[in-house]
Formats: sequence, C-alpha cells, structure tokens
Amino acid sequence: MTVLADSTSSSPLHFAQYFLDHSSEDLRLLWSHTWLSVVPVVIGLLIALPLGWTARRYRWTYPPIISITGLLYTIPSIALFVMVPPLLGLDTLDPLQVPIALTVYSVALLVRVVADGLASVPEDTVQAATALGFRPVERFFKVELPIAVPVIAAGLRVAVVSNVSIVAVAGTIGLSNLGQLFTQGFQLSTPDAYYPPIVLGIVLCVLLAVVLDLAVVGLNRLLTPWRRAVPS
Amino acid sequence: MIADVVTWLTDSSHWTDTKFDTGIWTQLLAHLKFVGIALAIALLIALPLGLFIGHTRRWGWLVAGANALRALPTVGVLVLLTVIISPHFQGRTDTGFLIPTEIVLVLLAVPPILSNTYAGVQNVEPGIRDAAFGMGMTGPQVLLRVEFPISLPLIFSGVRSATLQLIATATVASYLPLGGLGRFIYDGLAQQDYPQMIGGGVLVAALALLTDLVLATIQRYVVSRGITRRFSSKQAVPDSRIAAVHETDGAHA
Repeated sequence: MTVLADSTSSSPLHFAQYFLDHSSEDLRLLWSHTWLSVVPVVIGLLIALPLGWTARRYRWTYPPIISITGLLYTIPSIALFVMVPPLLGLDTLDPLQVPIALTVYSVALLVRVVADGLASVPEDTVQAATALGFRPVERFFKVELPIAVPVIAAGLRVAVVSNVSIVAVAGTIGLSNLGQLFTQGFQLSTPDAYYPPIVLGIVLCVLLAVVLDLAVVGLNRLLTPWRRAVPS
Repeated sequence: MIADVVTWLTDSSHWTDTKFDTGIWTQLLAHLKFVGIALAIALLIALPLGLFIGHTRRWGWLVAGANALRALPTVGVLVLLTVIISPHFQGRTDTGFLIPTEIVLVLLAVPPILSNTYAGVQNVEPGIRDAAFGMGMTGPQVLLRVEFPISLPLIFSGVRSATLQLIATATVASYLPLGGLGRFIYDGLAQQDYPQMIGGGVLVAALALLTDLVLATIQRYVVSRGITRRFSSKQAVPDSRIAAVHETDGAHA
C-alpha cells in the first residue's frame, strides 16, 4: 500500500506522476500489452490468408468456413480464455492460453475479411493478369493480394483495436498487462478512491489502440501507393 | 480435466441454491437481468437516434463519436466508475456496483446499434425513398414504413452484435462483487477450483450461442421476405453476420 500509493495526491489527474513513480513497472505492462495485442493478429492473419483463399477459390467452402468462424467469434473472450487449456490439453492458467484465444478471434474475424477482400478484386484484373502470363501463385501474391489490401487492412484495424480491450480483460484473471493497473487501482481504492493507476491504465490503453490503429492505416498507405496516384 | 468439468456441470447441487452457494439458475437469471436492462436502455437511446440521423442526414458526427468509444478498455471504465460511484451507496445493497456496471454495458451496446441503424437507413436506395415521397408519404411515414423495414436486417445485426458484447461484458462484471455467470469463473479462479472456472466459461459460451440463435430466429420472422429475398429455399440468403463485421466491428470484451 505505502509503496504503491506513494504519489502525493490521489486525484485522477495525478496519473502522470504515478506513471513517473512506477515507470519501469508500467512500461513492462505496456510492453507485454502491446505484444499480446499485436502478435496474435499477425499469426491470425497468416492463418486466415490460406483459409480465406480457400473460401474464395472453392466457393462451396465459403458457407461452412464463415459459419464456423462466426460461431467462434460469438464466444465471449473470458469464456474462451478459460476453455482453451482443457480443450488443447494445456495446464490451467498456461501462459499460452490468452495468446491462443486471441489468435482464434483474429482468425475468426480475418478469414471473412480476406475472402471478401479477394472477392473485391475485379474479374477483369484477374483475367488481364492471367493473359500477361502470371501463374496462379504469382498472380495471387503480385496482383490479387495487393488489391485486397485495403479491405484486409480495414479488418486488421478492427482486430487490433478490439484486441487491446480484450487483453485488458485477461488482466483480470491475473495476466501481467495494463489490465493489472485496474486491479491494483481497485484494491487500493478501499476505503478511499485512488484514481491514478486506473486513469493511467485507461489512458495507456486508448493511446495504444490509437497508435496501433494508425500503424495499420500507415501500412495500408505504404502497401497501396497506386491509390494515391489516381484520385478517386 | 474435461471429465471434471462435465462432473461439475452435471452435479444438480450446483444448479440450485444451497445454504452456502448461489446456484447456476440464479446466476443465469442475474446475468440475463444485467444484459436485459442494458439492452433495453441502449435500444431506447440508439434506435431513435440512429433512425433520426440516417433519415435527416444530420449529426453524423455522433455516430463517429460513438464509434470512438470502442477504443476504451471496458474493464478500466468499469473499475473507474465503480470507484467513483460505489462509495455513495452504503450498506448491504449492491446498487453501488450495479449502476456502474449498467453504465458500462449501455456504453458498450449503443455504438453497434447506433451505427448499424444509421447505416441501414442511409443505405436505402434513393430511388425507393423518392418513390415513397412521390406517392405522397410524409417524412415520418417514409421513415417508419419504408426506411425502417428495409434497414431491419442491418439493425438486427447491430442488436445481435451488441447483445453478444453485453453477455461477454456482463461476465467481466463478476470481477466486482456482483452475481452473474462470471461469478463461477472468478470464484473458481480464486479458489483454484478449476472445474468450476471452466464450467462457468462453458455456461457463458453456451448462453452466447443460444442467445444468438434465438435472435437469428426472431430476425428470420420479423424481417420481410421481400427484403431478404427468401422466397424459395434455393436462393442463398446472405448471412446477416456478414454485414455485422463490416458495419459494427465487434469489440469483444
């Protein structure tokens, strides 16, 4: 208590001072929060690309793939967190349970996005590429995938921003990330409210969500230079 | 472990209240109460507002503003509001925890309903709207008899996505000393009673899936067949959830 609550004031505006007082601890939480928000989305995208391609290439696979991933996305995050270890034979509270659950969500969200993104590629473009001599694999990576980037990027923004919030939920079942600041603040708030860690946690979460969102937007711009060349 | 979870779930003493423990049925009702209250309030706010914004094309910034709320970490806002509000309620009531929970749940449910209602009304084909006006309908008539029924599929997908987020977040509310199915998850964690914790997770997941199924069934009967083009079984009906991700970007909590 005395160590954690050594800021002179408990005013909500004192979160900056609180951050300076505990910067190494807070930065560690922020860092692990960032990793947990980003890595599952990247892995999820790598898994979603072949699945989305399959759903697009073999149309009959689209309904079952989309239904199953839609069903997975329906399961509340905290339920998925606690259900992952027994289903995969891991130890209860295995450190991998949250990244795995988040990857499942990312795949569930992104498969649809990838399939729809590939569907947004004009048929004429695909035929032109084929006529120019692109082989199917080459055509996928050099023509279809780049054109689908804006749609996929829109899905990635949703995935990354919602991940930041879900990771904070994982903090309530004991994982070390920004969610722990809320637990700390809650425990320090008896009998009197002690705001700094709670406000700091919210501020850092929002900042992280905004930064990651902007990063995806920037990546999208970098990968689609032709969209800036032609004003639409 | 899976066998232990099945044992926990099938033990009838866990379903009814005992002298020491609250049973699954009671917690399920508490969970549904949290979700029901929040959904009702969110619908009262978001539905008229979305219809108004979509119809008049004014105040569009409200939708963008509501969407920005989604970047807020739900748990953080819940704890913050609890710390602010709960000291004002002394004694043996849980009102001090119930009010912040419902505020967070409403904040969470408004954006998907609002943005889907708005998008639904705004995306009605201009030709249809012009035809309605041309037939002599007044503004409110066009809104309620033409634009509203046509945008129902999108509105429903917003309501479904909001409901799922409510069920998920009402679970996190058990992080506070409140009831609900999340009680089993957090109590199981604290007591290292893992079958109870995982059983709670299974119950929450089952509730979410069942609720979505019920809402999908309601949607099937409420939305006009002229809009879903569900005339024969051969024609493919687009899954409403397909619209959901584009329009609502579900932020799971």
